[in-house]
Amino acid sequence: MTVAIIDYGSGNLRSAAKAFERMSDEKVIVTSDPKVVEAADHIVLPGVGAYADCRAGLRAVEGMEDALQKTVIEAGRPFLGICVGMQLLATIGEEFGGTEGLDWIPGHVKAIEPDDASLKIPHMGWNELHGVDESLHPVLDDLDHGAYAYFVHSYHFVPDNKDHLLATTPYGQTITAVIGRDNIVGTQFHPEKSQETGLRLIKNFLGWKP
Amino acid sequence: MLTTRVIPCLDVKDGRVVKGVNFVGLKDAGDPVEQAKIYDAAGADELTFLDITASSDNRETMYDVISRTAEAIFMPLTVGGGVREPEDIRKLLLAGADKVSINTAAVHNPDFVKVAAEKFGSQCIVVAIDAKTVAPGKWEIFTHGGRNPTGIDAIEWAKRMVSLGAGELLVTSMDRDGTKAGFNNEMNRAIADAVSVPIIASGGVGNLDHLVEGVTLGHASAVLAASIFHFGEYTIAEAKAHMAAAGLNMRPVNDKHLDM
Repeated sequence: MTVAIIDYGSGNLRSAAKAFERMSDEKVIVTSDPKVVEAADHIVLPGVGAYADCRAGLRAVEGMEDALQKTVIEAGRPFLGICVGMQLLATIGEEFGGTEGLDWIPGHVKAIEPDDASLKIPHMGWNELHGVDESLHPVLDDLDHGAYAYFVHSYHFVPDNKDHLLATTPYGQTITAVIGRDNIVGTQFHPEKSQETGLRLIKNFLGWKP
Repeated sequence: MLTTRVIPCLDVKDGRVVKGVNFVGLKDAGDPVEQAKIYDAAGADELTFLDITASSDNRETMYDVISRTAEAIFMPLTVGGGVREPEDIRKLLLAGADKVSINTAAVHNPDFVKVAAEKFGSQCIVVAIDAKTVAPGKWEIFTHGGRNPTGIDAIEWAKRMVSLGAGELLVTSMDRDGTKAGFNNEMNRAIADAVSVPIIASGGVGNLDHLVEGVTLGHASAVLAASIFHFGEYTIAEAKAHMAAAGLNMRPVNDKHLDM
């Protein structure tokens, strides 16, 4: 069993890899090799920085998007997107004019516009997770309403279909914290930086059989 | 609600933790990785390492410290000190830092902040602003541990750093650092209200009321302290309980929502 953390030039992958290693007996591979992704049992797409840069970075890895299409969409293997890696699941990222995403979960990535002007952008720090449904998704097992997670972002994912919204966080408006459909989930927060909350989510993801 | 972050800062020299009073008279307060684990378990919201190693020969020691720390703790880790070029940032991030703090290099070459933010993303670029009061309501940037004046106005500088891509500002009062007299809240508020990004208040914490005032009077999004935590005067839990009792939103030390 392997976990593939996709390396496409976006940010620090070491801490993500360490968190997955801590919670799993599976081999954790940080990789830019599409063949490794095709052979993996769990696929993780991290991402930090600007949407367009991440999108271009992912496109620039030859064969990676085909590999993702095969393993995630066709074979249905469990997939986790983190931060901008989660936002890339959307139809369009609106940062700097607009960039097409993977369109795996229909929706737009929009600027956070808090109703309170004193709230800082980026939304940075520990905020509460609010479940949007009584029956939470398996990746949220044992993470009750109000558990804290670490966020750092200026844009957030607004899904077209509210059924894809799994958890939110309050920041002057309702911010998407966790999104998902079928075998695909994404977290706006950083589970690898969210201490017990994040490690629990990683463990849940690795044990999830969608 | 977004919570106020409490950030212990570890000054690290040649791989060992030290903390000075006004940057002289350093005391050894232990191994950074062990301290990081203690703060992780104690409920710190982030951790900052400030590398005060003078010689670049010993830089490799710091990468090793960061790497071992990143394996042991799962909260944001910021590393500052001696960050001069993109390659320094790349190495620190690869070692396991989540954010880097740029100080003197930004003063010498402001475009470095722009280059760094474009290359690595604003989310990991903290600009450290060391400032001193030069007249009532007027603060100036100083470098080299507060020794060298630059003639740069602190508020104008803060705005410029944010426009170049700083994702966060670490604002240290060089008048207050090590004095235990409290943050310079007037300066912090002037800076915080002038920029869109969060500021971290630093320099001068002597008691828990100072932490509260950093937020209520200084408008900081996070408070950073060293000595009061390192030498056991207060625990992170006591700090957070005190701040919560004063009406601030704090992440509980023992997250009761979790059943692991």
